[in-house]
Amino acid sequence: MSYAVETPKTPKAPEAPEAPAATPAARTARRKALLQWIAVHSLGVAAALFFVLPFVFLLLTSLMDDQQTLTRDLIPHHWAWSNYRTVFEVPGFLTWWRNTLLYAGLGTVLSVVSSVPVAYALAKFRFRGRNLSLMLVISMMMLPPQVIIIPMYLFWARQLDLSGTLWPLIIPLAFGDAFTIFLLRQFLMTIPNEYLDAAKVDGCGEFRTLIKVVLPMARPGIAAVALFQFFYAWNDYFGPQIYASDTPASWTLSYGLESFKGAHHTDWNLTMAATVLVMAPVILVFFFAQKAFVEGVTLTGVKG
Amino acid sequence: MSTPYTLRAKHRRSALRTLAFLSPWLIGFCVFFAYPLISTVSFSFTHYDGFSPATFSGLKNWSYVFNDYPLFWPALRNTLWLVVVMVACRVVFGLGIGMLITKIKTGVGVFRTLFYLPYLAPPVAATLGFVFLLNPGTGPVNSLLGDLGIPAPDWFTDPSWSKPALTLLAVWGVGDLMVIFMAALLDVPKEQYEAADLDGARAWHKFRYVTLPNISPIVMFAVVTGVIQAMQSYTQPLVAGKVASGVIGNSGQPFEPGYPDKSTLTLPQLVYNLGFQRFDYGSACVVALVLFALSMAFTALLMKRRGGLIQAGE
Repeated sequence: MSYAVETPKTPKAPEAPEAPAATPAARTARRKALLQWIAVHSLGVAAALFFVLPFVFLLLTSLMDDQQTLTRDLIPHHWAWSNYRTVFEVPGFLTWWRNTLLYAGLGTVLSVVSSVPVAYALAKFRFRGRNLSLMLVISMMMLPPQVIIIPMYLFWARQLDLSGTLWPLIIPLAFGDAFTIFLLRQFLMTIPNEYLDAAKVDGCGEFRTLIKVVLPMARPGIAAVALFQFFYAWNDYFGPQIYASDTPASWTLSYGLESFKGAHHTDWNLTMAATVLVMAPVILVFFFAQKAFVEGVTLTGVKG
Repeated sequence: MSTPYTLRAKHRRSALRTLAFLSPWLIGFCVFFAYPLISTVSFSFTHYDGFSPATFSGLKNWSYVFNDYPLFWPALRNTLWLVVVMVACRVVFGLGIGMLITKIKTGVGVFRTLFYLPYLAPPVAATLGFVFLLNPGTGPVNSLLGDLGIPAPDWFTDPSWSKPALTLLAVWGVGDLMVIFMAALLDVPKEQYEAADLDGARAWHKFRYVTLPNISPIVMFAVVTGVIQAMQSYTQPLVAGKVASGVIGNSGQPFEPGYPDKSTLTLPQLVYNLGFQRFDYGSACVVALVLFALSMAFTALLMKRRGGLIQAGE
């Protein structure tokens, strides 16, 4: 759809086509390379528009006044920066931030700390049932959360009386998270055994080897899984909906955001400002941690 | 020289050590996977509303879900539609973007970042954004299409366009596939392309006979994980349906899921509808098990050695 509005720029060519050509064949080859360069980059710009324009439209809408969101004009008549202040004044919005940071922050720490030894054992120990354990981890990772939600809800709500809080979402992360274990295991597989053997020759036990040798080398992998876990919690909608829906004081940003449209304001400009605010931290963190992200995604698929 | 006794002690020590390292997960597996899974199976044969004690009801819930629950078949059909169309679109587009990015010479870092960003957008935020952008009356997309003289669909308010709109949203977030395809494409041995060049192969033949065979395990991986993901579609269709229908957020008021006309209903939504809106935990567990069976079937496919998708050993 957004391809329709493509306006490919014609960027500077890498090499001047007018340069004196040795042979006609070389000239044709160079012209072909230039044409290909232009075609590839025009396509790139068109694709970039498809990916970026929605963000641009959301930003522009978040800066309109409420009447203008009902018109077809795309550029704000007057730039209503105060929308962002209004969003923060909505009762609950700051609480949702706090809850989200608690769920994402504490959850990430717990899940990484408890998953590291498990991933290490699955990657480097030889024991009976290792392949079975790995298959079970993968099965847990692929299990839709809805499959076990009824007994889980009854367990947390009826037996432990913790519904209305985010603890039913945080506490399980202290017992390892399947996706974190799997991703870390993929990463630890790439650490050569020679390092571990050398540590053992030096008299390190497994635990010391893990702390002193493996962890420092695994830092990029740990960064990747920590980011994934953090954003999983940040984005989670189903979990808070099950456990916290009756208790607005326990809502998270992702869950509260939907109620924003309607309960507090029907205005699209404020809703879009809130949407931008929920997206912004994710995008900011990404800019600082691009490598870790890309590494993590690659690990899920490529390296065995 | 170790005597059999010390050998056995060594074995025992190493088994204990393994157990110690695995223990967080072993506890988690039992408490948060095995136990609830078994409970889900047993609940599916009981009548339970959460208040009066559960009573055994045999296959009544199963028969209710398959024969009398009016949302089950539409939800299953929608889920399968998404599994087929959404996955196909994501894989084809993701591969295209992956190939494009390996060809880009100038500013590749910028392009890669821009292509990747939507993958990170929180699903609720992205869905809200798309419902607004694709809003038939005042949304900017339809304004632009109108200016270009292209008849614009009603997207999330038209039952025949709501799933394509969800697909568009999923295609927008194709950054994860781009990254794994890019890594796979860069791993294709250069010599094979050179050999194909010597044979005078055209672009299409190079793709068909060199690129595709080399990356097929990754394509397979993307398809299977995509199918599992699509089967779990929950947040996006639910939020799109609720916001497009104008239901007041999550104020607790009951809503008819699947707006418009059940077209955005998916299997995971039924678990919520049956369990947490109708308090029919037994029937909710039946739907949960259907979802479980489908997911595990595809997970088994993913783990099959021959596909080389995820190898357990080395």
